[in-house]
Amino acid sequence: MNGFVYLKNVSTLKLDTEKCTGCLMCVFVCPHNVFEIKNRKSHIINKDLCMECGACQKNCPENAISVQTGVGCAAGIIKGFINGTAPDCGCDSSKSCC
Amino acid sequence: MYYIKNYISLDFKVPVVSTVLEFKDIIGAIKTRWSINRNNYKVNPGLYAVGMPDKTSEIFVSANYKLSFDHLRRNLNKFNAWVLVLDTKGINVWCAAGKGTFGTNELISKIKNFSISDIVEHKRIIVPQLGAVGVSAHEVKKETGFNVKYGPVRASDIKVFLENKYRSDEKMRTVNFGFTDRLKLTPVEMVGHFKYFLLVLASFFILSGFKNASFSVDNTWNYGIFPVINLIVSYIAGTVITPVLLPWIPVRNFSFKGLLIGAILTFTLFFLNLTGNNVPETISWFLINMAIASFTAMNFTGSSTFTSLSGVKKEMKVAVPLQIIMLSVGFIMWLTIRFI
Repeated sequence: MNGFVYLKNVSTLKLDTEKCTGCLMCVFVCPHNVFEIKNRKSHIINKDLCMECGACQKNCPENAISVQTGVGCAAGIIKGFINGTAPDCGCDSSKSCC
Repeated sequence: MYYIKNYISLDFKVPVVSTVLEFKDIIGAIKTRWSINRNNYKVNPGLYAVGMPDKTSEIFVSANYKLSFDHLRRNLNKFNAWVLVLDTKGINVWCAAGKGTFGTNELISKIKNFSISDIVEHKRIIVPQLGAVGVSAHEVKKETGFNVKYGPVRASDIKVFLENKYRSDEKMRTVNFGFTDRLKLTPVEMVGHFKYFLLVLASFFILSGFKNASFSVDNTWNYGIFPVINLIVSYIAGTVITPVLLPWIPVRNFSFKGLLIGAILTFTLFFLNLTGNNVPETISWFLINMAIASFTAMNFTGSSTFTSLSGVKKEMKVAVPLQIIMLSVGFIMWLTIRFI
């Protein structure tokens, strides 16, 4: 994925190392290898690879991870802007989807 | 359905599906890639079987988008396993998980409704890793007793995943976005805005009939070819060329990638004498083409596998106003030339 780094310093991902028990779930679910376990604690090692999908937050039993999730999709953001809602790729309607 | 080959009788009948794709499946997949029937390409949610599964067999979870389901069953050839299909409204695993339809509640209710704990004697359920966006493993465990094992991103790694005792290595966990992955997505990009594109194309074509503020059909036929060529080139620049060349265009913003490709292709048209007859007209085509290429390329963020909401918002703050300015100025220049 080295050719696929998106913008730097934009991800809203945060990890509370105090709460972390090193269970490895974040490592297992992250599609871009953002996390690494060192000394039985998780660490964010590739923050700029984070796409804010939220899988880690959803699967952290200790609630140690927070991230503002959403679709990284321009069409969805435009649609949300027009409809006055959150960015939405329209996947649950009969219309086009991400 | 034609892919159901048999039934296993439990308390209810479980359809046994083929693990070899047929001509129909392949045609269906190709049509989907061209956005034909894409939003209604579904299988019924519920429990399915491949091979002859029993109480010790694995349970694989999938979405009811037929492309997802086909992909899984094809990779379960020679397996004996259960396949639990969630109701994701015909959307693939990753997008549906983002929406929450491929989610904790849906998984829990399917596990309960199909009495999975009676069908197998173990407590493992294999969920595709990209489903983790919507599924909370510890909540599923708490509600049903089942341990969610996140399977590999690509179904083709399932065999290795099972051999590794339900562990994916780093490569199996990582989402790629290779050349063929990107190429496969370009038809949907092209079809996506096609209606609007045709409208723009038709408007430019008709307006081409104006010269010195008077309209003649001859002008349309003689000159109309320039707008048609420029607009088609800029549309393809953003919907096909930028996505395909994505990692090799040395800037990060998608809108900027598209703008660059649009500029390069307009230069090519300029050298081929296809950007009109005078300097203002050439400038107008540069502006219009770069705006269109930039906008359509920016929309590819939704198809890509690595852009974040924060990132796309950031790039749009600059890109959208710029696109609007370029398009407006370009169009006004071009139109003015028709009327003076």
